[in-house]
Amino acid sequence: MNKAVLEFSSRAENVAFARVTVATFVSQVDFTLPDLEEIKVAVSEAVSNAIIHGYENNPDQVVRLEISIADEYMELVVIDRGKGIEDIEKALEPAFSTDPERMGLGFSFMQSFMDKFNVQSEPGKGTRVKMSRRAGAPRRAVVPEQ
Amino acid sequence: MGRVIESIVNRGDKAMNYTIKKENNCLVVAPTGEIDMSITDALRRDVDRAMEQNKVFNIIFDLDKVSFVDSSGLGVILGRYKKVTAAGGRVFLTGAGPQVRKVLELSGLLTLLEEHPSVEHVISKIS
Repeated sequence: MNKAVLEFSSRAENVAFARVTVATFVSQVDFTLPDLEEIKVAVSEAVSNAIIHGYENNPDQVVRLEISIADEYMELVVIDRGKGIEDIEKALEPAFSTDPERMGLGFSFMQSFMDKFNVQSEPGKGTRVKMSRRAGAPRRAVVPEQ
Repeated sequence: MGRVIESIVNRGDKAMNYTIKKENNCLVVAPTGEIDMSITDALRRDVDRAMEQNKVFNIIFDLDKVSFVDSSGLGVILGRYKKVTAAGGRVFLTGAGPQVRKVLELSGLLTLLEEHPSVEHVISKIS
């Protein structure tokens, strides 16, 4: 397995950096360009969540990405040591958001664009989002309409 | 009928920038590049300010030059939709490319917003 670990400050401008870095690394797998675009959305959502919700927009914390690729498969773990999620089930509901300006679709997009998806979180300790995708696998059903 | 175009905002850097122009009775918001959380606060603020100062409550989001959008970017569009519809206005989308369209469809926003082939098409329709 080929692995990479990336840690960066929890700054908004680093979300694009995370997208490009992950896409570049996993392009070693036989993903199509549309696949890579979908993976970039999933990365963007997970990293944005870590910054906005995990660290409440504090730019001086650290987001960690662990990326693995093997054969036709990629796996990504996004880790923050922020405030954690009180109710994971509620947070996973599509369109659930505590902010009227946000769509609450981050987790839904991650689930739609990746084959497997898992969230582990502990209030006060942090959150770990693990996602994986196989090249050439058929896509899952889309998110229900709002 | 001639179009009145007035440039209100031209902001950003190489990676992501946007213009907001007033054309007849619409605000045309045209981002360039990738829309994510790094630009959404400024974009939201500038669009809201342009609406209030110009008393214009029809918005066209011209996504022709947008290469990437995530749910943070969609949140700006949805938030503006809620504001303008409360004021009796409308929100239109134009120019969405394949990646942007895929995300828009997944979010359900295309069931809320009117999509048109071009800014000119919207302007002529509502003028």
